[in-house]
Amino acid sequence: MKNTSDILIVGGGLNGPALALALAQTGHSVTLVDAQPLASFEDADFDGRGYALALASQRLLAQIGIWDQVAEHAQPMLEIKASDGTAGEGPSPFFLHFDHREIEEGPMGYMAEDRYLRRALLQAVVAEPKITMINERRVIDQEIDQTGASITLDDGSELRGKLLVGSDGRQSGTAKRAGIARSGWDYGQTALVCAIDHEKPHHGIAHQFFMAPGPLAILPLPGNHSSIVWSEKTETAQAIHALEDADYMAVLRPRFGDFLGEISLVGKRFTYPLNLTIANSFVADRLALVGDAAHGMHPIAGQGLNAGLRDVGALAEVITEATRRGEDIGSLLVLERYQQWRRFDTAALAATTDMVNRLFSNNNPLLRLGRDLGMGLVSSLPGLRRGFMREAAGLTGDLPRLLQGKSI
Amino acid sequence: MQAPQSTVDPSEIAKFEAMAAEWWDPKGKFKPLHMLNPCRLDYITRQIAAEFHRDLTQPEPFKGLRLLDIGCGGGLLCEPMARLGADVTGADAAAGNLPVAQLHAEQSGLKIDYRHTTAEDMAAAGEQFDVVLNMEVVEHVADPLSYLTATYDLLKPGGLEICSTINRNPKSYAMAIFGAEVIMRWLPRGTHEWHKFITPDELVELLSKAGLTPVDRKGFVFNPISWNWSISDRDLSVNYVTSSIKKS
Repeated sequence: MKNTSDILIVGGGLNGPALALALAQTGHSVTLVDAQPLASFEDADFDGRGYALALASQRLLAQIGIWDQVAEHAQPMLEIKASDGTAGEGPSPFFLHFDHREIEEGPMGYMAEDRYLRRALLQAVVAEPKITMINERRVIDQEIDQTGASITLDDGSELRGKLLVGSDGRQSGTAKRAGIARSGWDYGQTALVCAIDHEKPHHGIAHQFFMAPGPLAILPLPGNHSSIVWSEKTETAQAIHALEDADYMAVLRPRFGDFLGEISLVGKRFTYPLNLTIANSFVADRLALVGDAAHGMHPIAGQGLNAGLRDVGALAEVITEATRRGEDIGSLLVLERYQQWRRFDTAALAATTDMVNRLFSNNNPLLRLGRDLGMGLVSSLPGLRRGFMREAAGLTGDLPRLLQGKSI
Repeated sequence: MQAPQSTVDPSEIAKFEAMAAEWWDPKGKFKPLHMLNPCRLDYITRQIAAEFHRDLTQPEPFKGLRLLDIGCGGGLLCEPMARLGADVTGADAAAGNLPVAQLHAEQSGLKIDYRHTTAEDMAAAGEQFDVVLNMEVVEHVADPLSYLTATYDLLKPGGLEICSTINRNPKSYAMAIFGAEVIMRWLPRGTHEWHKFITPDELVELLSKAGLTPVDRKGFVFNPISWNWSISDRDLSVNYVTSSIKKS
């Protein structure tokens, strides 16, 4: 069978389309398969989902040509305030304050609503002649041989490429079919996610309260809206999620305090069980995994999508360099470079996120004192504080070119 | 691309498949070559693109260029060059390598003309190419000047020859023979004879005597911390590469 395109991507969420665009722009033909119908390009209602895009992620979106469409609906994150708090008591006096004016790169990131980000990506995918998008089709079989990867869809049609990429989420069928097992653990916590309207402006400040049951993040959306990510023990979270809207808000309000005035719910409420799942390998012959398919992690600092876009930037760069050298882009020789680049980073991020969560989801008075003092210390040392901010902005580590705002 | 008809004896295919798998296994016997290959390819592709005004961001940028790889082995350079659109001939004096390379090219859907021959014989037959790749060969030949003269004859006027080899100094002895052959066992013992190694100045002199005009030299440097190779403008102390042209 002849190749349908150079690269097949399974999973049309956010990372899949971003990767398809990056690869198409360096001359590769791509087929993108998604089980969902193509999202409507009409103005969707705000459903409450938003992403904290690190500055590095914003740069990638600008490079692949979709940032302008997202920007008009995005809120720059100008400051981050992190503090230790106890429900009902408000924040402790020790807190970390990160102000973007202390680093030269600009805002540490942006809050973007899911509906605008998704729409901008899909519109660009549909407009790109080198990408073929196939919707409402599931992959039922995949086969790897010496020269390529073939997949069979649920309508019996077959597709073939030099490389198959799984961006199909933490339950990745692409990984499963390739026999790649996963490791991970459950935090016993569930994130409650919603968006709120508030009376007073947020001034572009993101807040993170570290509370005993789990962290609460308030992330500024455009206008007087904020996105709330709130973690509780799974049982408690399920009980809270089952409440009527009014009762749900009654639980949230005291944790939140009154610094934004009156608050009310907009859009839907979501729950996400917090577990860490890492594929035991990110690559195999003619196969690579990106995003949650490679590593599903705790969304404590909105790092899920940001880590996914780092994968996108790294894989697009490795593939493009290989193409320009005349190498076989599906060979393990080439794909191992992507794995080496991303696996260490991912393990480090997962471990840090996990440690931060364990440290802060605790009421042990000694730990509390320790972290209060630690926060005071970080706050008083500008160098350390700038380091944390660059980390939050995604500017540390061996950054793929697209995330540095450069073309490949 | 249309795969050529197999010229490999069917009864030998299993053996050659095993050997091809070995040549192309990134963790196998030829691991050092695979590690060095991206770096070599970066150098080669950039030199060809600069000399023949080709744009590497375009598909098949080397279309229309006739290229010869001397000492092609399993085809580690031939296949990338064919993928970039060049019309590739691979020559090897070791007969055993050729069916292996041929089989792998067929499996990869690439058309490459593999021949069991030497540079001298091809030159005598009057063949000419736009590009001659002469990588890690000159340190193995008995008479470097007559060999390099043959590679000169193999170039069309205005053609480009890329020649890489290993420097001769205590460090290259330590790295290439003691390090790669004895300690790391990356290469079979006896792969290299140190007295045959050539310094960059000696090579440039030999290339000039052969009629070529050397235009560039760079080092390939192994970094044991990051465990990979890079191209260096200054450090030619162990592995190095040169570009020369045949003035038209």
